[in-house]
Amino acid sequence: MTIEELKISITELLPAATYEEGGEWLTINIEPTDWLPFANQLRTNESLYFDYLFCLTCIDWKTHLTMVYHLSSTKFRHNIVVKSKLDKINPVIETVCNIWRTADFHEREVYEMFGVNFKNHPDLRLLILPDGWEGKNPLLKDFEDPVNMIKL
Amino acid sequence: MDKPSSNTDSSKTPAAGSLEASFPGQIHETPGGGIVLSKLDDVINWARSNSLWPLTFATSCCGIEYMAVAGAKYDFSRFGFEVARASPRQADVIIIAGTIVNKMAPVLKRLYDQMADPKYVIAMGACAISGGPFFYNTYSVVKGADHVIPVDVYVAGCPPRPEALLHALISLQQKIKSGLTREQIQVPKPATGGDLLNQIK
Repeated sequence: MTIEELKISITELLPAATYEEGGEWLTINIEPTDWLPFANQLRTNESLYFDYLFCLTCIDWKTHLTMVYHLSSTKFRHNIVVKSKLDKINPVIETVCNIWRTADFHEREVYEMFGVNFKNHPDLRLLILPDGWEGKNPLLKDFEDPVNMIKL
Repeated sequence: MDKPSSNTDSSKTPAAGSLEASFPGQIHETPGGGIVLSKLDDVINWARSNSLWPLTFATSCCGIEYMAVAGAKYDFSRFGFEVARASPRQADVIIIAGTIVNKMAPVLKRLYDQMADPKYVIAMGACAISGGPFFYNTYSVVKGADHVIPVDVYVAGCPPRPEALLHALISLQQKIKSGLTREQIQVPKPATGGDLLNQIK
């Protein structure tokens, strides 16, 4: 499907979705509360068939966080980007690791690096960081390394 | 009858770059062979400096330059760095080519400990010297490999040009020949075995 066709069928699924202009792929902004049912539809809808989550990450904008999901269809070869704005103080979003298995480790990484809580994640614990890092999220802009911080 | 002059004539100054020029000592030719006059330490250092096998160890982009130096164009075998060994037990020099992160630091220490004496260390590039671009506020990078193991030669650059690494390798050879590497100027540790035995008694 082309970007315009994707836009039409996604508006049918989720009328509240807004779109960003520019960029190689269709970029969709959604509310975090809409994410889980919307993700289910993206995966199961026969004409969309987004069966591959190829990137899951987060951005710290200082005022808020943004979750970013890159989805692809191995059947139709179309891609979309889904973004969702999260609260800076208490970032929470539903897990999608039951829909795309790969989200399991990606969400654990976002959890340790940005402190995002993924609701209903089966095994939300540190992935790469050593034990005792909970609560200190090194990829947040206001993070200061407690051991080796060098003030310039 | 005049003999044509030859390089083997011991009365002549040997040509630069020849074996006799680099050899730390004098060879006096006598009937049936020759007598070498030198200090044994100098001969050992000379021999060691001309056969330094590096360890295959690269943790980031400096490793690409390291591979270029090993390749045909720059070719560190010309200077006696014959072949990179994949085992620390067969290596003489470790070139820290890249960033050392906190999780890699114990591995680097273990590799260094596994290398047989005498062993030498080259810190290649900004990351291995000081943490480089990761110097300021990073949670994972060691700010210089010399926090983990002692370093003999530092090469600046990000990454250094192959010529710079070759220069560092030759500098290391000169350092070994003059007996000034950390390995060579180490103060011998006082023997504590007897004391320990006395303490146990």
